[in-house]
Amino acid sequence: MNIRSNFDSNLNQLKDMLMDMARLTESSIQDSIQVLINQDLEQAKGIIDRDNAIDELENDINDKAISLIAMEAPVARDLRKIIVALKISSEVERIADNAVNIAKSTLHIGNEKLIKEIVDIPKMMDMALKMLSDSLQSFLQEDVALARKCAEDDDKVDEMYGMLVKELMGYLQQNPNNTNQITQLAFVCRYIERVADHSTNIAEHVIYLVTGKRYDLNA
Amino acid sequence: MSTNTGMKAIFDCVDLNLWYGDHHALKNINFPINEKEVTAIIGPSGCGKSTFIKTLNLMINYVPNVKMAGQINFDGQNILRERLDLVELRKKVGMVFQKGNPFPQSIFDNIAYGPRIHGMKKKDELNKIVESSLKDVALWEEVKDRLTAPALGLSGGQQQRLCIARALATKPDVLLMDEPTSALDPISTLKIEELILELKQKYTIVIVTHNMQQASRVSDKTAFFLMGELIELDKTAKIFSNPADDRTEGYISGRFG
Repeated sequence: MNIRSNFDSNLNQLKDMLMDMARLTESSIQDSIQVLINQDLEQAKGIIDRDNAIDELENDINDKAISLIAMEAPVARDLRKIIVALKISSEVERIADNAVNIAKSTLHIGNEKLIKEIVDIPKMMDMALKMLSDSLQSFLQEDVALARKCAEDDDKVDEMYGMLVKELMGYLQQNPNNTNQITQLAFVCRYIERVADHSTNIAEHVIYLVTGKRYDLNA
Repeated sequence: MSTNTGMKAIFDCVDLNLWYGDHHALKNINFPINEKEVTAIIGPSGCGKSTFIKTLNLMINYVPNVKMAGQINFDGQNILRERLDLVELRKKVGMVFQKGNPFPQSIFDNIAYGPRIHGMKKKDELNKIVESSLKDVALWEEVKDRLTAPALGLSGGQQQRLCIARALATKPDVLLMDEPTSALDPISTLKIEELILELKQKYTIVIVTHNMQQASRVSDKTAFFLMGELIELDKTAKIFSNPADDRTEGYISGRFG
């Protein structure tokens, strides 16, 4: 007999809420890049509006976590699970903010003709989103090995970020009239790089959850 | 299992074993208890925690058919080996039980009982010790005007604090508490917990408790007993945030068995 089945089902609900928030965030990031490629200014505004729903989910997660702490007095791994869910929700919220940032960059570029087809940015986004999904999976499975893999992947994203920014800076001299667009695209690269960083933080939280020790994957 | 951080162990149990007849109730307990710390002992019913605490002042000797092996070193002396003045030991190692058990005497006489046994006769000395003991347990203001009233007229929480004061009156080094708040209401419980935190400035305290939040609130170290074994002994914050043993984790998070 599980004498804490009610508490366990509440913990599972907390996880489900976090996964809902993560799914919305993931599609926001994906859509933001699509909107950038299509220069769809209407949709860009839609992405900015959608962020409210994600913020509300984060509030719900906070409320649920606080009431679980207050009413169930969790200890040890139970307590770490709730604290880590709280921390992950704030990382996810900041990832979602980057979808808003990318949408805003799209608005800043406006209808100006793109200097070249956007090819590498979606690739970088795929890498960052894979890290996000791996880090969340490592949370669900409490899989430390998968969490550690995020750190390696983060290095690849950083490398690609460096490359893309260098390339974009190269275009500046040839396209002095497109300075704004090029700068905005460099910002977008930066935003995606931030998605990867927050995913790495999620992985660190997972390692803390499982081992009880803090770990700096960026070191 | 080293938990000494430069602190002096007032008790050091080494390979302590205890049998009730054939029943092996304490198994190879190695347990240093640091001076002026609060050590909480937790574990399910029948795990040996009350048995263990009763070995520390040899109250266990009153249980028939008890056999012990190993060492309980108190102040450098193995109390299991050496011919010991039990009255002297219990003067240094006081004990408080689940329910306040005042003698059917006045408040004053309850506190003066121990000092009188140890030969204190002078009225002004007794007055002083009664006052300071009652002040130590924050009962003085409540009872100073009725010291001659019967102790049994006090509330449950006051009776328990009186019993703690009675234990303190002989100026012990160690205070053993066996579930001292299990019969008390929440406010009286919190008063005793506050008191424990005050008392550890002067005394070493060992407390057996079923209330895990109590253990986490008042103690510096927590020991988890299971089926006669000491499973884990560590800083309380460590035990309640990241215990090393899965059995400890299972017990404190309520997923035991």
